[in-house]
Amino acid sequence: MSATPTTPEGAPAPPAPKTNRIGLPKANYEGGKSTLCLGCGHDVITKQIINAFYEMGIEPHKVAKFSGIGCSSKTPAYFLNRAWGFNGVHGRMPSAATGALVANSSLLGIGVSGDGDTASIGIGQFVHLVRRNLPLVYIIEDNGVYGLTKGQFSATADLGATQKSGAVNEFSPIDCCSLAIELGGTFVARSFSGDMKQLQTILEAAIAHKGTSVIDVISPCVTFNDHEGSTKSYKYSKEHETPVHEIGFVPFFEETLAEIPAGDTKEVAFPDGSVLKFRGVGRDYDPTDKEKALKTIHESHAKQEILTGILYIDPSKPSLSETLGATSEPLATLSLEKLRPGREALEQIMESLR
Amino acid sequence: MSSVLIETTSRAGAPGEAVVNDFSLQVATANGSGSQTANSVLMRSIFRMGVPVSGKNLFPSNIQGLPTWFTIRANKDGYIARKRDLDVLVCMNPETADDDVRELRAGAHVVYEKKLGLENPGKKRDDVTYYAVPFSELAVKITSAPEHAKLRKLIVNMIYVGVVAELMGIDPAETEKAIAKQLKGKQKAIDLNINAVRLGLEYAAQNFAAKIPFRVERMDATKGKIIIEGNMAAALGCVFGGATVCAWYPITPSSSLCESFIDFCDDLRVDPETKKKNVAILQAEDEIASIGMVLGAGWAGARSFTSTSGPGISLMSEYIGLGYYAEIPAVLFNVQRTGPSTGLPTRTMQGDILLCYFNSQGDTKHPLLFPASPEECFTMAQQAFDLAEQLQTPVFVMTDLDLGMNNWMSDAFPYPTAPLARGKVLDAAAIEKVKDTWGRYKDVDGDGIAYRTLPGTPNPYGAFLTRGSGHNEKAQYSEKQQDYVKNVDRLVKKFDTARSMVPKPEFQDRPGATAGLLAYGTSHYGTTEARDKLAATFGVTLDYCRLRSLPLQAEAVNWMRRHERIYVVEQNRDGQLVTILRDELPELATRFVSVRQYNGLPLDATTVIDGVRGDAPASGAGSDAQKGGIDA
Repeated sequence: MSATPTTPEGAPAPPAPKTNRIGLPKANYEGGKSTLCLGCGHDVITKQIINAFYEMGIEPHKVAKFSGIGCSSKTPAYFLNRAWGFNGVHGRMPSAATGALVANSSLLGIGVSGDGDTASIGIGQFVHLVRRNLPLVYIIEDNGVYGLTKGQFSATADLGATQKSGAVNEFSPIDCCSLAIELGGTFVARSFSGDMKQLQTILEAAIAHKGTSVIDVISPCVTFNDHEGSTKSYKYSKEHETPVHEIGFVPFFEETLAEIPAGDTKEVAFPDGSVLKFRGVGRDYDPTDKEKALKTIHESHAKQEILTGILYIDPSKPSLSETLGATSEPLATLSLEKLRPGREALEQIMESLR
Repeated sequence: MSSVLIETTSRAGAPGEAVVNDFSLQVATANGSGSQTANSVLMRSIFRMGVPVSGKNLFPSNIQGLPTWFTIRANKDGYIARKRDLDVLVCMNPETADDDVRELRAGAHVVYEKKLGLENPGKKRDDVTYYAVPFSELAVKITSAPEHAKLRKLIVNMIYVGVVAELMGIDPAETEKAIAKQLKGKQKAIDLNINAVRLGLEYAAQNFAAKIPFRVERMDATKGKIIIEGNMAAALGCVFGGATVCAWYPITPSSSLCESFIDFCDDLRVDPETKKKNVAILQAEDEIASIGMVLGAGWAGARSFTSTSGPGISLMSEYIGLGYYAEIPAVLFNVQRTGPSTGLPTRTMQGDILLCYFNSQGDTKHPLLFPASPEECFTMAQQAFDLAEQLQTPVFVMTDLDLGMNNWMSDAFPYPTAPLARGKVLDAAAIEKVKDTWGRYKDVDGDGIAYRTLPGTPNPYGAFLTRGSGHNEKAQYSEKQQDYVKNVDRLVKKFDTARSMVPKPEFQDRPGATAGLLAYGTSHYGTTEARDKLAATFGVTLDYCRLRSLPLQAEAVNWMRRHERIYVVEQNRDGQLVTILRDELPELATRFVSVRQYNGLPLDATTVIDGVRGDAPASGAGSDAQKGGIDA
């Protein structure tokens, strides 16, 4: 370590803030103060989002944030306040994100939703978002209950789980990950707000992915769903979290290898040169084998395991932008010359109608 | 009174007396039988002879086998509203033949498929004239080749075109040109269809000495004009108006708007060098998603639109409210159909005026544009994008099934020369000048319209979070009552600003008139025809105001103040516009007389004449006059 820098006058200078690869301090990635309950899992996710965007060196103004309605959907106000955000109506964030990102494909989209916002009221738009493979980091902050309306079950609550009041959930849960894989999802992950390192790595990889990245993050609700009998409590989640692999991510701008312990690894390359490395942890799991992934997830339900990791990945499938064949220049700001055909074009059409 | 009218409007009663270029002809077929091409050819042939013409397709919500009627009205004076009574019927559908004939007025003419036996004892009417044609036998003649067998059902339609052409004096040369246009480049099909027309012509010439007295004679009233559907015209307006994002969900009667947009964009919005598209078109999973996409795109700065009908608007309501409150530009074409609920999906109505004007929860009001012609579909589509961006709010273009899906004669569209009016948008440099003092919802100009910024602009001072929840001038979340009231009061101010920006009304005043007719959209045609007939036949002189948009403009209000009685003509049961007028102009409330038609058919002049004269009309039409006994 060198000596503390000093000013010419000899007084100690404040240390220069640490910056990322594009020279920005982490403060540029932060947002407003959270108004969620103390200890809420969502705040941990917010922090990891800030870390991931900082580490990836994304210019904040190029990010577009989206959310629906619920506790989760408040969080875009708590990160990247130098980015624009769109807080849509309940369960319908994917459509707003689709319109915005199609209108300006140079934006990097991140959507934050909840289990009610995605799996209950929003299941329709979620399904079609995944089908279309819109380039969007889509995070489900999954706690199995409606927080803002005080603790009713959502569609991801496990069969037999209990509410604080003791009421028992009588319906089978929707597993957003296996659903997303079934729908042709190209990046499907599950994590746990208590596993910060894994979550940040998944987020960084999701930022590099040019398609929809579905990240279902178990994020316990400390107020309404952290009791005995809950299957989304901190305690239960910690005890049942089962990573399927260790993940290392090497973004395109880094030449060094990811910190991943030696051993048998599988690599998946992204079109931009970024590489994901997976190392098995006591089980044979291949995140590029769709059928096996589905089978393993299904089996985990019976074993009461919460499988985490990147459960399925396929960076080769075309994203919505490619499918639409639209110009890469933002449609929003195309010049009149590119938009309005000439007089002859109109005259030709008129002639065909005479 | 209705009987008087019939005599005056149908001068064709007397045998032998020819009526030139003034008739209504209906073809009754089953849908899916391929009659549409034949009907278009028939209409275009008359149009090409220089005679003003309109075509209205009355079709079922079904793909094949249910009855469908196509009505062509030709009128030398340019009246193109639907006419209640038919002069000529081509009767091809066994399912409806008996009813079709029963409903004819006395003196009408019926061309029919001989097999239907309409002149058999017990069926024949003595007061109509019949022309029996063995259509299916004739069709066999020219489709005897095995490869043509499948075409037999379709070719029958072209035979009736030939028969009608011969019986009514339509120039076969124009019919052949119309076929060539319709079947562009498919020479075998053109030849076969022309042969079918000739067969019909020959049969009629050889078998009917007496022709139909309703005659088509060449005139010069369609020169330079085009025939187009309103939906296609609106789609073209979107192309020339710079729309770049279209999100839609199929629904009758609006689907052809977005489908036309897709077709036009395939030609006109592909970069010649890169072959990339300067447009993105998304077929959404439902209308909630379409409006979400449109708002997302509008927020990002694109000119975006959707087209739908009443059921779609109902589904979109929550997001429309967000568009209003978060102030995001969007254009919605509502091609109205008959509600409530699924209603009559293939019938027309001006039934969503209140639904759209006040759409979504809380206090909301939206600008509505009322195009009355394909040309206005084209121009108002463009204006709608300007208004949406200038006012930063969803704007509704209120057409209807009649305008959207029927064939209309129109002047050729004017090439737009004005640049796109993109409203108050700050770029990075402009943001740098205002920095911290900028507020997304801050009214600095006093017109209620704040300055917006677009995501992706390289200046962090411009970033903000758009939300449908309470917000202050800085776009921050706020539940403070002062912030709330200030914001919604500013939205009222903005709506007042809109009054001077939306399309102004058109007036046709006559000396000495103290009362007037007021209509909007497609109610224009029946209303203006009625106005002329009221003057000519009953000596009732009325002024006319065609409202072209809401909110109400000063010009429209002044016109209303000048008239002691105002007949508000619209196509819905409850008098939806009159409800708004009475609410917004309470001091004039008693001057309004509501005249309505709500049977799913385009407005006819008779409804308006009856409404004004206080005569009790048939069911499905109504006016205050019948209750109040008001006499104009």
